[in-house]
Amino acid sequence: MTRDEAFLQFLLRMGDNTLILGHRVSEWCGHAPVLEEDIALANTALDLIGQTQMWLGLAGEIDGGQSADDLAFLRDAWDFRNVLLVEVPNEDFGRTLMRQFLFDAWHSITLGRLLTSSDERVAAIAAKAGKEAAYHLERSSDTVVGLGDGTQESHDRMQQALDYLWPYVGEMFACDEVDTAMVAAGIAPNPADLRDEYYALVQRVLTEATLTIPDSGFAHKGGRDGRMHTEHLGHLLTQMQWLQRAYPGASW
Amino acid sequence: MYAQMVKSEATNDDPEKLAEFQAKIDAGIKIEPKDWMPQGYRKTLIRQIGQHAHSEIVGQLPEGNWITRAPTLERKAILLAKVQDEAGHGLYLYCAAETLGVSRDELTEMLLDGRMKYSSIFNYPTLNWADIGAVGWLVDGAAIMNQVPLQRTSYGPYSRAMIRICKEESFHQRQGYDAIRKMAEGTPAQKKMAQDALNRFWFPSLMMFGPSDKDSVHSTQSMAWKIKMNTNDELRQKFVDQTVPQAEFLGLTVPDPDLKWNEERGHYDFSEPDWSEFFDVIKGNGPCNVDRMAARNKAWDDGKWVRDGLLAHALKKRDAKVAAE
Amino acid sequence: MNNEWPLWEVFIRGQHGMSHRHVGSLHAPDAEMAIKNARDVYTRRNEGVSIWVVEANNISASSPSDKGPLYEPSESKVYRHPTFFDIPDEVGAM
Repeated sequence: MTRDEAFLQFLLRMGDNTLILGHRVSEWCGHAPVLEEDIALANTALDLIGQTQMWLGLAGEIDGGQSADDLAFLRDAWDFRNVLLVEVPNEDFGRTLMRQFLFDAWHSITLGRLLTSSDERVAAIAAKAGKEAAYHLERSSDTVVGLGDGTQESHDRMQQALDYLWPYVGEMFACDEVDTAMVAAGIAPNPADLRDEYYALVQRVLTEATLTIPDSGFAHKGGRDGRMHTEHLGHLLTQMQWLQRAYPGASW
Repeated sequence: MYAQMVKSEATNDDPEKLAEFQAKIDAGIKIEPKDWMPQGYRKTLIRQIGQHAHSEIVGQLPEGNWITRAPTLERKAILLAKVQDEAGHGLYLYCAAETLGVSRDELTEMLLDGRMKYSSIFNYPTLNWADIGAVGWLVDGAAIMNQVPLQRTSYGPYSRAMIRICKEESFHQRQGYDAIRKMAEGTPAQKKMAQDALNRFWFPSLMMFGPSDKDSVHSTQSMAWKIKMNTNDELRQKFVDQTVPQAEFLGLTVPDPDLKWNEERGHYDFSEPDWSEFFDVIKGNGPCNVDRMAARNKAWDDGKWVRDGLLAHALKKRDAKVAAE
Repeated sequence: MNNEWPLWEVFIRGQHGMSHRHVGSLHAPDAEMAIKNARDVYTRRNEGVSIWVVEANNISASSPSDKGPLYEPSESKVYRHPTFFDIPDEVGAM
């Protein structure tokens, strides 16, 4: 794998994470438990869509001049490089916010490290996205604490959400040849090196939320290398890509 | 317009106070929450502002229907921002209604159990992507016709909410026109979608202004109170006059064979919408009434544990703080 | 039991503002969430603003008469501005 090939894979991983999570969060628009949350979730989704345009824009640039839209709307599931965590369905508000928190914590730490990337385009995207992710993390942490330490019902639902999602956390810290190449080029950190900081952060918030991290260290994988996504991704893409696929070449 | 058929409530107050109140309104002085006001004024306003707020919230649904299918990242962001604004508009309006002594939860429950209404337009479906353009262009366009004058309404909090909303609505209408224009100038399939959208949304948009003045018995008192600023027919005519040239520019055909410019009147002549359809929709028999209310009820019911959970946590924190002091 | 979140009044001082101004109200379970909600609802999270929230029933008022200021939407969301959309002159005002 050349450095450029690895760089492309890295950019797709960043951009597909925000694309797919932004899509999931946008599904809440008009359906949230209270107006203030509806508006806040839309802001999160808007930030993620904006970040997608930057990451996939750069990816398309180095991949033969494709646009961010080409990459978002015209690739099939096996070409997507997002972690499995972001493609699982929303289910209830509790699972949605727990997924958001588990992602935000990783995202915020990762973007912090990317500020010093040897590639200045990456550093510039990280500077903008990092501020947004820091706010997302603040908000999702508060909500996880509020619901975890709220009523019995809200506590139980948040624990269930954590139990379901925890096996999807480990994939964010996997390290493969793409990561090794990025570390060697000084472009991105080794995900495995972020694990301790992540666990400390997540442990602190979840303890305050009176929630218990499951014992199992098992981790699903297959998203960030595209080897095996969940069944859910295909359905998501079916919706997202429908117009572009049904009317190829049209301008919108 | 998002408040239709709002009946003015009868008022049974001290005639002297009533005269004083009317004089204030006639002099253009805003009525503020703590000021004396006739019972009928208060009740009518709660109904009208509440209905307007409900329309914004239910109005999220037809456009929200396309957020996950928007054809480009930019269109998706624009649409999401727009539907989010509608939630914001609903929020501002509920706050204005709350100054009249009704809570947001009370208003919500009246919507959910059918005691309060929302605009008939949101009971029509969005079936192709051009509908998103048509809704912004026609539906928001019609709403703006009504909301611009309402910035001068007599009730202070309502007027201030309208000022803020109008500032944001212009973006809504323009993004809609921009989206449908792209379709009208696009491939034959896209052009067909644009025409189909106009065909379906034209008459329902005209219905937004409410029945003809000659059949609308509720206007006089509301107009005297300056909570209704123009008659239904005035606004409808203004909307048609403004919109027809915009449709012509797009190369689309307004689905009304009787539409033509009347040189003498200086206005377009046009066909009335089918008012029996309008009353059917108001009664609950529109294409989407049942689905819209089911979606709002589901969001409210499913969200209860979240609202309760976050409140319970806030109370625990407060108690802990008090105990520590 | 009434489980409605309390109502809060929101006051914001913009980046170059001299003082906090009332911008509107919202519901939140407590002050911290009210501040976050205010960021999301009333500033669309523009940087560099200062937010005050006061629970509405703690406000004593002579006669509420403050006009809500019109805050600017977040600068990176250019599509929120009507001028982002190019409307041909022939179409007229919109």
